[in-house]
Amino acid sequence: MAVQELPTVNSVGLTRQEYQGNPSTLCSGCGHNTISAAIVATAYEIALRPTQVIKMSGIGCSSKTPAYFLNGAHGFNGLHGRMPSAATGALLANHTLKAIGISGDGDTGSIGLGQFKHLIRRNVPMVYIVENNGVYGLTKGQFSATADLDQRLKYAGLNELPPIDLCLEALVADCGFVARSFAGDRRQVEALLKAALSHRGTAVIDIISPCVTFNDNDDSTKSYAWGRQHEEVVSEFSFIPTRTEITVDYPEGAAVDVDMPDGSVVRLRKLDNNYDPTDRYAAMRLIEDAHQKQEFITGLLYIDEKRQSLQEIEHLPGEPLAHLDEKTLRPSREALAKLMDGMK
Amino acid sequence: MGIPSIERSSLAPDIHNSPANVNNFCIIVATVNGTGSQTANSCLVKACFRMGIPVSGKNIFPSNIEGLPTWYHIRLSDEGYTARRDTTEVLVALNKDTAAQDIAGVASGGVVILPTEWKYPQERADLTYYTLPVAQMAKDSGADTPKLRRQVANMVYVGALVELLGIEIGEIERALTEHFNGKRKPIDLNFGIVKAAAEYTRQNLPKRDTFRVERINKTAGKILIEGNDAGALGAIFGGFTVAAWYPITPSTSLVDNLSEYAKELRVDPDTGAHNYAILQAEDEIAALGTVVGAGWAGARAMTSTSGPGISLMTEYTGLAYFAEIPCVIWDIQRMGPSTGLPTRTSQGDILMAYYLGHGDTRHVLLLPANMQECFEFGWRSFDLAERLQTPVFVMSDLDLGMNLWMSEPLAYPDQPMDRGKVLSAEDLQRLGGFHRYEDDDGTGVGPRTIPGTDTPLAAYFTRGSGHNAQAKYTERADEWEANLQRLARKHAYARTIVPRPVLDEAPDAEIGIISYGSNEPGIIEARAMLAARGVKTSYLRLRALPTTRELSEFVARYPRLYVVENNFDGQMRRILQSEEPAAAARMQSICHCDGLPLTGRWIANTLLELEQRGGQE
Repeated sequence: MAVQELPTVNSVGLTRQEYQGNPSTLCSGCGHNTISAAIVATAYEIALRPTQVIKMSGIGCSSKTPAYFLNGAHGFNGLHGRMPSAATGALLANHTLKAIGISGDGDTGSIGLGQFKHLIRRNVPMVYIVENNGVYGLTKGQFSATADLDQRLKYAGLNELPPIDLCLEALVADCGFVARSFAGDRRQVEALLKAALSHRGTAVIDIISPCVTFNDNDDSTKSYAWGRQHEEVVSEFSFIPTRTEITVDYPEGAAVDVDMPDGSVVRLRKLDNNYDPTDRYAAMRLIEDAHQKQEFITGLLYIDEKRQSLQEIEHLPGEPLAHLDEKTLRPSREALAKLMDGMK
Repeated sequence: MGIPSIERSSLAPDIHNSPANVNNFCIIVATVNGTGSQTANSCLVKACFRMGIPVSGKNIFPSNIEGLPTWYHIRLSDEGYTARRDTTEVLVALNKDTAAQDIAGVASGGVVILPTEWKYPQERADLTYYTLPVAQMAKDSGADTPKLRRQVANMVYVGALVELLGIEIGEIERALTEHFNGKRKPIDLNFGIVKAAAEYTRQNLPKRDTFRVERINKTAGKILIEGNDAGALGAIFGGFTVAAWYPITPSTSLVDNLSEYAKELRVDPDTGAHNYAILQAEDEIAALGTVVGAGWAGARAMTSTSGPGISLMTEYTGLAYFAEIPCVIWDIQRMGPSTGLPTRTSQGDILMAYYLGHGDTRHVLLLPANMQECFEFGWRSFDLAERLQTPVFVMSDLDLGMNLWMSEPLAYPDQPMDRGKVLSAEDLQRLGGFHRYEDDDGTGVGPRTIPGTDTPLAAYFTRGSGHNAQAKYTERADEWEANLQRLARKHAYARTIVPRPVLDEAPDAEIGIISYGSNEPGIIEARAMLAARGVKTSYLRLRALPTTRELSEFVARYPRLYVVENNFDGQMRRILQSEEPAAAARMQSICHCDGLPLTGRWIANTLLELEQRGGQE
């Protein structure tokens, strides 16, 4: 008698299939597809409930990708560079939702730089992923604001402007979770995603994600070859779902534990003794130094769980605003009558 | 006075009925902004209102913090008229820079009150001049800083008017007590000057004019309120949960009031939690982005702005229209284009707002004309936005929003909140799924789900790009067109549920007046003036766009139609001409745009002039 094999399910009883999205319509080999796959794998592994996730994006190749993961989650494809405000509104309406925002270097670094900074300033609780390839793909190959100085592209010619470093911008805006990764390093992308999803405020992950069509020359810092040859992981870390599960110990001074609000722990292993990922100035210096030395640093660059997030600043109730009923929202007849008396 | 007055028609005879001198005249206080005259002015308005005299107050102020001319108009009308008048009988001249013009604008037989220390020439023999030692009285008041002395100097004219016009001093004291929330020190300081100035007037300025007020009973039960106050209350009683905004005159006070009321009425007494969120955005793009995101996620979300802000909101409005997300946008209109005159009123955003967005977009606009409607449309806009799943604009203006108006008390909402077609998890399980953009009942409105609804059947992808009935991406020509046809059906459905126009028709009238918004007081007065001369008019006041059946019937009934509005191009007429093409040639504009509310006299004279030209423009 044949035994039908039951599909494997995670702790909320969902199969990996239930985290999939539609087939990608991006170019084959695009770094963005790897990131979508990493989101699917991570969401399954940490057992996110897709119905409690919102996928937010702006406009561009990157912003198409929310259609390619988590079909069970609501998605919102907003305006170019203006996803942060829509995400802010959605999370004010329901702060219990997990928000995953997908943006690109044009969407974040140019048209959306203002909203990006203000999102961080408000510490809106969401994971904000920049799929950074240094080039505008949908409009066929213009430089973006993260493109390298003196880089040459087939159609766009020579780029004579310095790049905007989105991790540095995030740090200046006092972002409590700043990471950089490489689409070619899927293991690290998944580890960062897990930690970012536990962060209480805005978590920015700038992922270098090569554009195989317009910006994958070996000398581009946004190419697969360059990334593979130059990636330097500055912080390795373990994501520990709850503190009780910590089993591995590191020698004194070699590890830093960061308690996340949901009870999980991010355990950072320092690879370089001069670098402390809880020191904001150290993180800025690290990025600046890397620019000078033309190094490609990846990992969790900075973490700080102390800042109040948007829902705390706004004193939101436990119940989402979107769920409040008429009885709570509409004051009584007597309340109006009293106000009217005061105006007579 | 220094305000450009609306030109009188040269052809039409002057039909201005000169006011009787008791409870029926205008006071203008000409001063310099930043000197704190608002306290004095609002106390005068309140005192007259509580003496039972119908009153309206209009602040004609500059876009400036300190030092530029400002005028406050107080109109007393025992007949109950509240429109602006373009003449004044009593002038308080406290701004030397504008005094010459201000005095020139006073009607013959009028009164001028001046500071003695100016030694200003009293050149017009047809006016009565009174002078008071304003600076000395401020100095003697006990106010200990130059700034405070400048502020309390305004109480000198309050005291003079109390004595000269017969305003009850007890009502001034009551208004001051309320203004300073019962704080003894400022009340005593200010009221002390009022009393001293009244006493000075009694001793030194024998009454030589005929203007006075006396207690009557024509404001009983009424309230005094500003439109931005009524609108904020409307939003509170409409159950707003998220407001995002960016400061811009003249809309700012709406959100300021909203914050104050929310603290009072929406904070959980047990937990201190806020059952609302008000977020000051980094610009109007982000303000509407936040509102659209919140509306999508199930909040009753709103913003408040003015013309330049509407421009920045264009792209998100288009997205909300096409992705069908409910939200409410208040436009407190001011003068444009560009920065324009930020502190002056107009109805210049009507065309822009109705069609706001690229591609083919037509929106729902509510057009409040009074305080009751600022309140009602404040709550009803959320019901309409959620029923229609679309942005709803509330088109107020500076005149309504920032001036004090007499009103019947605001009426409690007469129906429960309408959250529109929202499917719950249970609904979805029963139905086995849904099609987000499918017209399932002929209204053009599909069912929607709110993020977080706990079933995988709820999810769909919201986008501004091409989508079919299942909310799937599409570039197919037939699906695109089908979607636009459904949106057109939705607009047609909107016609049947928006607030109907208000009609006041005279038997045998051949003239139909159409107008909207803050022109109402001017039209009421103009129609009375015309009726007094035997010119019968009927009147339809639009309360919303798109237009309704009532408009079609009205325009068919009248051979001559006049669309009255406060903008340069006759924007509403253009819309109505395209909505009612058969009547288009019979519609003439009575429009004007100088930053001030239309007066009854100007409307009446202009209409007469057009009538005399035989209905030809």
